[in-house]
Amino acid sequence: MKYGVNEQGYYGDFGGAYIPEMLYPNVEELRQQYLNIINDADFKAEFNQLLKDYVGRPSPLYHAKRYSEKYGCNIFLKREDLNHTGSHKINNAIGQILLAERLGKKRIIAETGAGQHGVATATVCALKGIECVVYMGEIDIQRQAPNVARMKMLGATVVPATSGSKTLKDATNEAMRDWIANPVDTHYIIGSVVGPYPYPEMVAQFQSIISQETKKQLLAHTGKELPEYVMACVGGGSNAMGMFYHFLDDEGVKLIAVEAAGKGVDSGHSAATTALGKEGVLHGSRTILMQTEDGQVVEPYSISAGLDYPGIGPQHAHLHKINRAKYVSITDEESLQAGLLLSQTEGIIPAIESAHALAYLEKMQFQKDDNVVICLSGRGDKDLDTYIKYFGY
Amino acid sequence: MNRLNQLFQTKKENLLSIYFTAGYPSLNTTVDIAEALEKAGADFLEVGFPYSDPVADGPTIQDSSQQALENGMTLNVLFEELKELRKLVTIPIILMGYCNPMVQYGVERFCKTAAEVGVDGVIVPDLPMYEYENLYKDTFAKYGLSNIFLVTPQTSEERIRKIDGLSNSFIYLLSSSSITGGSLNVSDAVEGYYQRVKTMELNNPLIIGFGISDNKTFSKACEYANGAIVGSAFVKYLGSRADYLEGIGEFIQGIKG
Repeated sequence: MKYGVNEQGYYGDFGGAYIPEMLYPNVEELRQQYLNIINDADFKAEFNQLLKDYVGRPSPLYHAKRYSEKYGCNIFLKREDLNHTGSHKINNAIGQILLAERLGKKRIIAETGAGQHGVATATVCALKGIECVVYMGEIDIQRQAPNVARMKMLGATVVPATSGSKTLKDATNEAMRDWIANPVDTHYIIGSVVGPYPYPEMVAQFQSIISQETKKQLLAHTGKELPEYVMACVGGGSNAMGMFYHFLDDEGVKLIAVEAAGKGVDSGHSAATTALGKEGVLHGSRTILMQTEDGQVVEPYSISAGLDYPGIGPQHAHLHKINRAKYVSITDEESLQAGLLLSQTEGIIPAIESAHALAYLEKMQFQKDDNVVICLSGRGDKDLDTYIKYFGY
Repeated sequence: MNRLNQLFQTKKENLLSIYFTAGYPSLNTTVDIAEALEKAGADFLEVGFPYSDPVADGPTIQDSSQQALENGMTLNVLFEELKELRKLVTIPIILMGYCNPMVQYGVERFCKTAAEVGVDGVIVPDLPMYEYENLYKDTFAKYGLSNIFLVTPQTSEERIRKIDGLSNSFIYLLSSSSITGGSLNVSDAVEGYYQRVKTMELNNPLIIGFGISDNKTFSKACEYANGAIVGSAFVKYLGSRADYLEGIGEFIQGIKG
């Protein structure tokens, strides 16, 4: 693949494995084994079976007619929100739990921001009867009480990350520390296309089911495999990478990644990484991250916890740098309005993360025959409180 | 040959290195602390340049880093301090910190400035061997800076040999696979690992770190290595009393016995 990873784990200038020696054996074990494992027929059979029977795949590609009329093109929503646990996160969690099992691991750790990846991980651990420890920022635990309760009900232990800013990046640091202290029996399920190689590649592969299905479904809908536009929101970037994956080499397909501008790109309260960030090293890979002039990581802000991350996956950094994908941003307010519009034109309440991708439609010009695929990465149930507060229902 | 190499040529056992975070407990303390440590008998120093997300460190060093950043510590401030420090302190100085601040400063500029202010070596826990070898080695060499690698109980013999080949001052042997600030439980397994590395007869001296906090753990480490590093225990000490400069001699004596 032209835009794929090289042997050293780099996408152009980005990627690699910037990890302390204490993590080297863990990451090296993964690097050496994951390809053999995930290409094994037995793994593939179990993965596909679970995606079908447990997750409910393939997720529909829905032609949103009223929504399409509004924007003067053909809009197709890839319905990851209909997956078990309510988002695309489960695809990766299933893949990694099967991998962990085959690596002989007895314990799973994960980090979570909003709790979606934590819930997905707790879910697959319950499914397999494996111990699960989820690190979550102390502040996020307060903000996302229902997801904390869900994880506990699923049998996971939720450990508050009390260091630094007490949010997602600190939860990630704590999970890495746990992995350092437990190198032999523990597998770390990273929830996005971030972290040291091979994580970005592995997570992208597990999520690539999204674009793989989309191509077939779009062919059935339109007689063409390729749309004009493919759009998705980006925090770390796992749903976007899954949505872009099988379209990367189709140069005619325009890829649009939507970041969270928060209260505005220049407001000082934003998570628009490509607009505000510089190249550097974060959580094990060389990428683009929001940072001070001295290279200290800046705490991002977005109303959407899933986009509230100071970096992006290294492959996104590469696609951005070489202009294969266009990175744009949408504010809190624009995303909430887009969530309302989809609710009332199609009867679908989207996650605020996904609503960022939808909101960018307002800023685009279409030909009436354009086919546009948008990844509806998650459902809005978890965000009802935020919507209710904003719209005053 | 830098000060580190000279030190290891003249002194081969019971070497004591002390780590502290620059800018902690307050700004402009680096020189005073370093001076007191040299006077008290430390053989070389590790000065931490703080980072917001230090994944290899435990709560003690992370908190000290957070405090140092809030106090206004940056690489620029630190390099200014080190310039002063070198007028007063003669023992080797190693900078310890994470990749991102170094990358932002510019690796070449970082090495050049560090060498100019009298730094002898650098420890960057999240700088991988592949990246060092292919991207940074020549720059480090150009400015005479030693890059110090970590070895853990899980590091394979083959990889230790490779690290030995890439090292030119000493190898930092982690007492256990953990973050900093843990307590060292010198089990048979740990001793077995020390022994295993010792019998490899590497070219570079070995210094043991992580979990060295008192005379007992220091002495045990010195049975297998050329010396040991005390980090979190010293940082904890600095935070424990306002007149910390006064007690540094006593602290060092307590470690050396």
